Amino acid sequence: MNEIKLLGKKPTRHGFGEGLVVLGEKYDNVIVLGGDITGSVMTSYFQEKFPERFFSIGVAEQNATTIAAGFALSGKIAFFASYSAFSAFRNADQLRISVAYNDINVKIGGGHAGITVGPDGATHQALEEIAFIRTLPNMTLVVPADYTEAKKATIAIGEKFGPCFIRFGRSAVPMFTTDDSPFALGKANILREGKDVAIVACGLLVWEALLAAEELSKKGINARVINNHTIKPIDVETLVNAARDCGCMVTAEEHQVHGGLGGAVAEVTAKNYPVPIEFVGVRDKFGCSGEPEELMVKFGLTWKEIYASALKVIERRDKGFIGYRQVKDVEDYKE
Amino acid sequence: MALEITFSDKTFENKKRNPDEFSEIALEIRRDIIKSLYLAKSGHSGGTLGTSDIFSVLFFGGVMKYNPQKPDWKDRDRFVLSAGHLCPVLYSTLARAGFYSPEELYRLRKFGSRLQGHPGFDMKLPGIESSTGSLGQGVSIAVGMAMSDKHADKNNRKVFALTGDGEVEEGTVWEAAMAAAHYKLDNLCWILDNNDCQIDGRVKDVMSIYPVDKKFEAFGFDVINIDGHNYNDIKNAFAKFKSNHESKIGKPTAIIAKTIMGKGVSFMEDKYIWHGNPPNEEQAKIALEDLK
Repeated sequence: MNEIKLLGKKPTRHGFGEGLVVLGEKYDNVIVLGGDITGSVMTSYFQEKFPERFFSIGVAEQNATTIAAGFALSGKIAFFASYSAFSAFRNADQLRISVAYNDINVKIGGGHAGITVGPDGATHQALEEIAFIRTLPNMTLVVPADYTEAKKATIAIGEKFGPCFIRFGRSAVPMFTTDDSPFALGKANILREGKDVAIVACGLLVWEALLAAEELSKKGINARVINNHTIKPIDVETLVNAARDCGCMVTAEEHQVHGGLGGAVAEVTAKNYPVPIEFVGVRDKFGCSGEPEELMVKFGLTWKEIYASALKVIERRDKGFIGYRQVKDVEDYKE
Repeated sequence: MALEITFSDKTFENKKRNPDEFSEIALEIRRDIIKSLYLAKSGHSGGTLGTSDIFSVLFFGGVMKYNPQKPDWKDRDRFVLSAGHLCPVLYSTLARAGFYSPEELYRLRKFGSRLQGHPGFDMKLPGIESSTGSLGQGVSIAVGMAMSDKHADKNNRKVFALTGDGEVEEGTVWEAAMAAAHYKLDNLCWILDNNDCQIDGRVKDVMSIYPVDKKFEAFGFDVINIDGHNYNDIKNAFAKFKSNHESKIGKPTAIIAKTIMGKGVSFMEDKYIWHGNPPNEEQAKIALEDLK
């Protein structure tokens, strides 16, 4: 299990695009709607292969979302993808009423998510949609960690009945899962065993978590690394076991620290097995232009923050700071 | 004397009718609306009364294909109430068509009722094709259904959607209109209930949509302007849509129906304050007198 290797780099959006083609081959009733950026979110693969089942809607995310609902109400498995900044927020009301409340087979792809979309800047860097999407009843929300997992996750949400959202990115990111790696919606994967601290991550922060765990091991600290790809429904059992076994946790995500994976993990542990948690993510700020790697450093989304947070949370656990801090230690999320 | 509410168990057939046959049906629907809203103590009186004539022709004049015994019949035509707040008129219509017992009308907006304040797909009420209530979404769903029918399944089903006139102030409505024309949805019939009333006042004052017929024409619709209370007009408009569909005209149809909010109830007619209010006991008595 500790034999995870870097297998190259590829964007998760390619996994999404290829997953759609697999679904198209397998199921006649899969249709895909385009939102003008098909070549960016890779719905173009499906369009090339199944032009008769691809429908361009133009730059109209609200309309595309409700049209997808119309297709789903007609027996189709309807996918629509755009940039996550627009396919989770511009259409928020449509997602809530026509998709989630209807509880139908609409599948939304949120591409170019997070700050790693890079030079496009803050307007296009969705950092809040995990918080929103996971509050919608009936929704499934998955944030795959790499290309291979994105492909599997796309196929999985196509095969699961009901509204689903998949979040993926633009830039090429480390590949480390294989066709043989386990993947099931709602089942988090333990990538590395350990009992000193649990690191729970999603998306491209899973790789950073593995790097942090490697560094921690040099100090004799064995971190359990959990790839929590499905944010909803969340894997309560794996998280509670991790809290019980490790007594402290770090969450890591390419998202605001409020309401995202960290929030979901905190809800689960607060209710079932409270332990101190440190949250790695964007600290209540908008992004800015830059190369993905530069932004990862600027916003504190690398293995180094995970590593530092692990040491800090272990200390908190050992000092008994469970559930409270000294007033002088209370942290504001602002830097 | 206290007002005692009873709903008749009358149902009506869906068949070709002479225009004068619709008034009896519309009257029954209007009485249902007043009674159910009075019992609910909340809800929308104005637009529901104003569209009762259109619903009578659409569901009982042989326009739509449906089977109340098999609400999920795969060849049925579909109706999406984009103006979800008008559901009391749809609930009455579906009950009078035999989808469920008119007994359910006693329970409009009540706890545990399938007759939600705005249509809820989760209630599995026969005849309800989607949740609606957030304005502008239903018509876009109807566009998706019509695309699925015409371009994916290539069948002969028809899709009807009804929006209010205040509703078309929502921008997404025009995204839907653009897509309907782009995909040449001659199987889509968009009915606009144009009573020129919305919650805050006259549509022309709150945010003018006019000339709304020219807007739909410019978007590529076949536009039919009608008096929404003239059964002959309504019938002919649906007949025109049917021929547009059968001849594959390659355009969606928009029926702009001039209606009077609160039609049939003297003190409610053309008064926008009745957009979202139910009658109280005294008002319900007068209304039911008017609707004899």
